[in-house]
Amino acid sequence: MKPAYDEMLDASGKVRPSYQGFADWLASTPADVIARKREEADIAFHRVGITFAVYGEDAGQERLIPFDIVPRIIPAQEWQLLADGLRQRVKALNAFLHDVYHGQEIIKAGRIPAAQILLNSQFREEMVGVDVPERIYCHIAGVDLVRAGEGEYYVLEDNLRTPSGVSYMLEDRRMMMRLFPELFARQAIAAVEHYPDLLLNNLRSVAPAGVANPNVVVLTPGQFNSAYFEHAFLAQQMGVELVDGNDLFVRGDMVFMRTTQGPLRVDVIYRRIDDDFLDPRAFRKDSMLGVPGLFSAYRAGNVTLANAVGTGIADDKAIYVHVPEMIRFYCGEEPILSNVPTWELSKPKDREHVLAHLAELVVKEVHGSGGYGMLVGPTASRAEIELFREKIVAAPQKYIAQPTLALSTCPTYVENGVAPRHVDLRPYVLSGKEITLVPGGLTRVALKEGSLVVNSSQGGGTKDTWVLEQ
Amino acid sequence: MLSSTADHLYWMARSMERAENTARMLDVTYRMSLLKHAAAEPHHEWRAMLSISGLHEDFEARYPEPSAENVVQFMALDEKNPGSIYNSLFGARENARAVRGSVTSEMWEALNHTWLEMRRIHGEGIAEGGGSPFFEWVKERSHLSRGIAHGTLLRDDTFRFLRLGTFFERADNTARILDVKYHILLPSLSDIGGAADYYQWGALLRSVSAFESYRKVYRDLITPKRVAELLILRPDMPRSLTTCMNEVNRLLQEINGPRAGELLRRCGLLHGELRFGSIDDIVARGLHEYLSEFLERIYDLGDLINTTYFWSTDE
Repeated sequence: MKPAYDEMLDASGKVRPSYQGFADWLASTPADVIARKREEADIAFHRVGITFAVYGEDAGQERLIPFDIVPRIIPAQEWQLLADGLRQRVKALNAFLHDVYHGQEIIKAGRIPAAQILLNSQFREEMVGVDVPERIYCHIAGVDLVRAGEGEYYVLEDNLRTPSGVSYMLEDRRMMMRLFPELFARQAIAAVEHYPDLLLNNLRSVAPAGVANPNVVVLTPGQFNSAYFEHAFLAQQMGVELVDGNDLFVRGDMVFMRTTQGPLRVDVIYRRIDDDFLDPRAFRKDSMLGVPGLFSAYRAGNVTLANAVGTGIADDKAIYVHVPEMIRFYCGEEPILSNVPTWELSKPKDREHVLAHLAELVVKEVHGSGGYGMLVGPTASRAEIELFREKIVAAPQKYIAQPTLALSTCPTYVENGVAPRHVDLRPYVLSGKEITLVPGGLTRVALKEGSLVVNSSQGGGTKDTWVLEQ
Repeated sequence: MLSSTADHLYWMARSMERAENTARMLDVTYRMSLLKHAAAEPHHEWRAMLSISGLHEDFEARYPEPSAENVVQFMALDEKNPGSIYNSLFGARENARAVRGSVTSEMWEALNHTWLEMRRIHGEGIAEGGGSPFFEWVKERSHLSRGIAHGTLLRDDTFRFLRLGTFFERADNTARILDVKYHILLPSLSDIGGAADYYQWGALLRSVSAFESYRKVYRDLITPKRVAELLILRPDMPRSLTTCMNEVNRLLQEINGPRAGELLRRCGLLHGELRFGSIDDIVARGLHEYLSEFLERIYDLGDLINTTYFWSTDE
């Protein structure tokens, strides 16, 4: 594998222009000051209680997501390209979602095989023919981007269901401004703090027709959910109610929340509950998290769900390979952002290639997320590889494979000083009457040396992300 | 406001107030138990303390005798006792956690910190020789959380439901203390006079921070009847039943709502009786009977608050 692209230093070890301001500051700030500030950040994050719950090994524990003070810096021009590419991509994805639940023109045109959509477990039969306001399905997308090789960007995943992490983007910025205000005085860094305002506007813009002053709520699975902090944070920042399933009820196909002054109509629900658990009458019967009758009210057009039901069909890893084609089909444009080359293991030829090169590739579950259940060939043991081989042979349609990308690195504080660690980038794209996004996003960093897995559940940390204004 | 939010706010304040009152009662009982001549039988005061809280059965099932050490352990630190200070502080923190978004960060941080500190103390135990420093600490944390509510919260229903919980719990507590002390320590109102009175009633007054106030108001000997008047009827005593019901009544009127009619009527009735009551009437009727009825009525009011604001079934 070639050495990874470093965000701060070029191949000859010289500081890139975008990092010059930061590098100067770093050189002129004593190490003990930085050490003290890093401690301060730790204490502050603990006190505010920005924690997340972990599944698996240490289940039930609350952990702090490590925060690293070296920012990830993106030059203005580069961001412009990314923003254009993201808008184009999300626009196409929304068009695709409308199409698969209505005319299915893309299937008729032979651009995507019918079976891949209609037989996909993420395809929601219940949504066929349902009209949603502004034809927007994916109101909030968290698109994972990575940079590889010479510095070119790839889209790794389109997260279109309930993408999380935006609270870390906001808290990381707040922390950086608190610790190092002088850095923000030195250079023009694009603001991200207005994200909650944009989100609220976006949600209000997709209220059911005829609602003048929509009542927006955030629906959480409850305080034991790993992202509960974020749900509470966003509700508070937007100034709307945070509700769980017990706070809502449906009467006459309308949704109400129980308040001390009696029932109050709800118009838009920013839900952070998966489709399966939304409504025990329509989906999983055993769900205790949802609201009985919610889907019926939704179908009747009396409430907007953000994101819509059934968006999983567009961010499924089996569908991912077709996104460039969607952009050509719906927008009549060439894709601005590239996909990572992907082998579909349901295809015999692809499978043959992948099984012969497992040690070099990354294999992912088609429906998996959060970094669980994947194989990173180059760092996996022989036994792990053989275990995956068996899994693939048993159910090839459940997997895709991609080359192991040399994700770009960013200098990061580790135990023995500063060292390069791999990073990705998740910008948040809001779609309503228009598409908006704040400059930047969440940068996640794999803190283990050589690790390419940046997920917080797998020991990843976060960094503040700066888009320079010039 | 969401019903569930109001419910959490109300119980957050009640739990904190309960922790404070329990600490007050333990503290004063400990002091009284040091007055040997007052004890008619061993552990008399501690038995009284347990019956105030209505927890004596639970206690007897798990502890050999109501010694100072055992009762303090049970009421302050016992994880299995739902009414212990330990569990009250846990309840306050868990309720606060559920509504973090609705209260100021100072509020949440104070309750969270109190709980973390409580957990540490729980591990170390309370030092021998009585838990006065611990009880002082509990009171201070309660004062702090009330102060933060006053100093940082918007005066909307969030604030009102918090205050409602505080005064409701306080009314309940003041009535219990009075009832039990009268009933157990001094069965007849005519048993007055002597040094025992001074210490017993002095201790009772101190448990509700009313000793100095009594002196200021009456400038005279401490008599049981005046103590009762002070703690039931005086509208200027911050822990008297009248003061608590003044607040509860005013808060409920402000919160109001389309379903609040019956609640306001019953609360107004109780409030009016206190406001225009006289200690002679109360004594003539029997103090114990009066207080038992009061406790029953606020228990019913609590139920009505529940169905009016927290758990309506009107879908």
